[in-house]
Amino acid sequence: MSRRVAVCATAQIKNEPDIWYQRFQGMLLDCFESILSQTGVTFDMEKGIRNVVTCSDDVFDARTISDNGMTDVVGAHFRGEEKTAQNGINALGYAMAAILSGHDDLVLVMGHGKESQPESRQMCTNLAFDPFYCRPLGLDYLNASAFQARAYMEKAGITEEQLAKVVVRSRRMGAKNPYARENDLVSEEAVMQSPLMSDPIRELHTYPLTDWAVGMLLCCEERAHEFTDNPVWISGFGSCMDSYFLGDRDLSDNFALKQAAARAYQMAGIKDPKTAFDVVELNDAYAYQLPMWAEGIGLVDAGSGGRWIDDGGLEADHVNTSGGMLNGNPIMLGGLARALEGVHQLQGSAGDRQVEGAKKALAHGTTGAAGQHHGVLILEK
Amino acid sequence: MGYRKKNRHVGIVGVGETKFSSHREDVNQPEMIHEAVRQALDDAGITMNDVDCVVHGNMELFEMVHQPDLWHTLGSGAYGKTSYRLTTGGTTGGTLACAGDNLAASGMYDVVMSIGFEKLQEGHTTGGITNMADPLWARKLQSGALTAATALKLIEEFGPERARNAAMIYRIIMDKHACLNPNSHRAFGLDWDQMADLMENSPPLIGDLRLIHMCSQSDGACVVIFAAEKKAKQITDKPVWVRDHITVHREETLNLCNNYYPTDTTHKFAAEKLYERNGITNPLDYFDVFEMYDPSAWWGTDWLREFFLLDGDEHLKLVENKEIMIDGKMPINPSGGVIAANPIGATALVRVAEAAKQIRGDAGPHQIQKPVNHALASAFGGTMWTILMMLEKELNW
Repeated sequence: MSRRVAVCATAQIKNEPDIWYQRFQGMLLDCFESILSQTGVTFDMEKGIRNVVTCSDDVFDARTISDNGMTDVVGAHFRGEEKTAQNGINALGYAMAAILSGHDDLVLVMGHGKESQPESRQMCTNLAFDPFYCRPLGLDYLNASAFQARAYMEKAGITEEQLAKVVVRSRRMGAKNPYARENDLVSEEAVMQSPLMSDPIRELHTYPLTDWAVGMLLCCEERAHEFTDNPVWISGFGSCMDSYFLGDRDLSDNFALKQAAARAYQMAGIKDPKTAFDVVELNDAYAYQLPMWAEGIGLVDAGSGGRWIDDGGLEADHVNTSGGMLNGNPIMLGGLARALEGVHQLQGSAGDRQVEGAKKALAHGTTGAAGQHHGVLILEK
Repeated sequence: MGYRKKNRHVGIVGVGETKFSSHREDVNQPEMIHEAVRQALDDAGITMNDVDCVVHGNMELFEMVHQPDLWHTLGSGAYGKTSYRLTTGGTTGGTLACAGDNLAASGMYDVVMSIGFEKLQEGHTTGGITNMADPLWARKLQSGALTAATALKLIEEFGPERARNAAMIYRIIMDKHACLNPNSHRAFGLDWDQMADLMENSPPLIGDLRLIHMCSQSDGACVVIFAAEKKAKQITDKPVWVRDHITVHREETLNLCNNYYPTDTTHKFAAEKLYERNGITNPLDYFDVFEMYDPSAWWGTDWLREFFLLDGDEHLKLVENKEIMIDGKMPINPSGGVIAANPIGATALVRVAEAAKQIRGDAGPHQIQKPVNHALASAFGGTMWTILMMLEKELNW
């Protein structure tokens, strides 16, 4: 039995602030049709797709069983559909398991996020807290992250200037990505002077509101050639859940990310994460997270994330060539977007931001307050 | 290549269920989940250290907690573990079971714990389900899970007297089973002499669907622990083997007017495909028990035909002749079924848990007295979505 799964095709729409002219079904349909036309894959009961793994969220969609509204546009009529409701990176991990189990040869992964739809995404993430102790405090993912930002910045000596560099570069890289959200290029001064959202997180340190949809066709190793001449292999996946109460965690530590990465590395046979990857895509919803997660995956020594930014580590290690989450992807699809960039880089289809000869990539996704849950995916040429 | 042999065999090594009830005000969500987790670990004789992966599922708009697995880490044991969250409406529990099987078979994890839960008391069930419908077109027409279409269909085909009688016989059989199950939410002690009174006087909900026919709104959690073959045999001397599973969803609007089934139902479609690829020619003879997701007595009665691929009125005869009773030819829901307890995110996983207990022979007062070697469990949700899972006593296919 093989230990790797092929990504045979990817499709996405452009990340936009408000796709008011389309419902989420329409967003998905564009991706779905693209996958079909690229690969010629069918829904034949013997040789076609029998299972679709979707990624979406009932609260953000404001619909109970929101996958009910998309079974048709993901091809799940009289076929299986299994909805994952965490960061989309877990959809890839689960789809990988479904194929490695032998139960499915092919899995279509489809994700959508329409952050423009709810009144406030802070209101949605406030609902992730328990109704008794934490929700009444007004906790949401933003201010939970602010606690973490403060703790990590203190510990690692991260400066405002370093965070500004992260944001400026994210916008610059995003501008090279035709599917990325179109944002204004900003100066370091503008970042440092942008309004405080939740101290120490500033407006420009925060991922912008975005609508997006994405699809990927995954296949067992034996049949990948039927759908592509240029497969990218998923060779490792790991995830880990941290504890719930913020006070129970050392927020400046990377407990869950370290575990998730170690599990993915073990599966993919990776010994030294500092030298293993040609491309690294991290789910940086807030600027402080980029150096922090880089430490968590072992790319950077603990406590030296700030120096790594100053020393040009982002360029040297080819981190977030896509522009990253900071340039804009919907919250749940951060990890799927990171994996998508990994696939493009390894296929050699990353255009102006192509890393020459890229052979191995890491993609990361996170869910929950201050990164309670992390997932790490390893992609290989 | 089509359908292939699994990478590794997977066995169920532990099950846990809370008591099901309309109000579990004594516990919060993580505490309630913890009851089932504790029970499943004790049942398997393992600790959380032995669990590699935790899979979580419910319907989040019912309790209105976003990504509840994050909070539930306090009770689920997921801290430091790999975790997934899968949620497919009413079928969630079935999806959790399929995931447990897939994840353990994949070679990525040896021991996988699937957790389904719902605390419907903390939400509004019919409001929640109505919110499933398309906001532009269908939401104003929705009556949640309450529908009389199946009753209408059975009445049209078999006449009002026979159809109403069959549904009420089905209902009373389920209650008799529920009375044997200590975890049941609703166990009334109904008897045959009440049939006429119930058919006449139970409060009508919609059309021929009456309150007595309909499932409950329950609180509760269920946990099933899956392990890859080698590990399963180390953990227990009576693992219950997952032979196969199939998921069939159906598109919403395309089938909105499809209550008269001009094409196959997802139940029939799923059953045909599953039996075909496992070489089962007569499911009624093959299976020793069927734990069916039966949200109402009308649906339960009607669906027997679909799941067992029966002709004409064979399904009605099974009910009328009480062959679906615990000591009958084909026991249906010795647990009392969904009509007796419906904590939605857990419900379909309860079907798998109960089927596994029957195969192990330790279901307690509702244990089938004949040997149980082959069990079938179903999940239902969405717009007529189906999951079927086959469980076996012997690893011999």
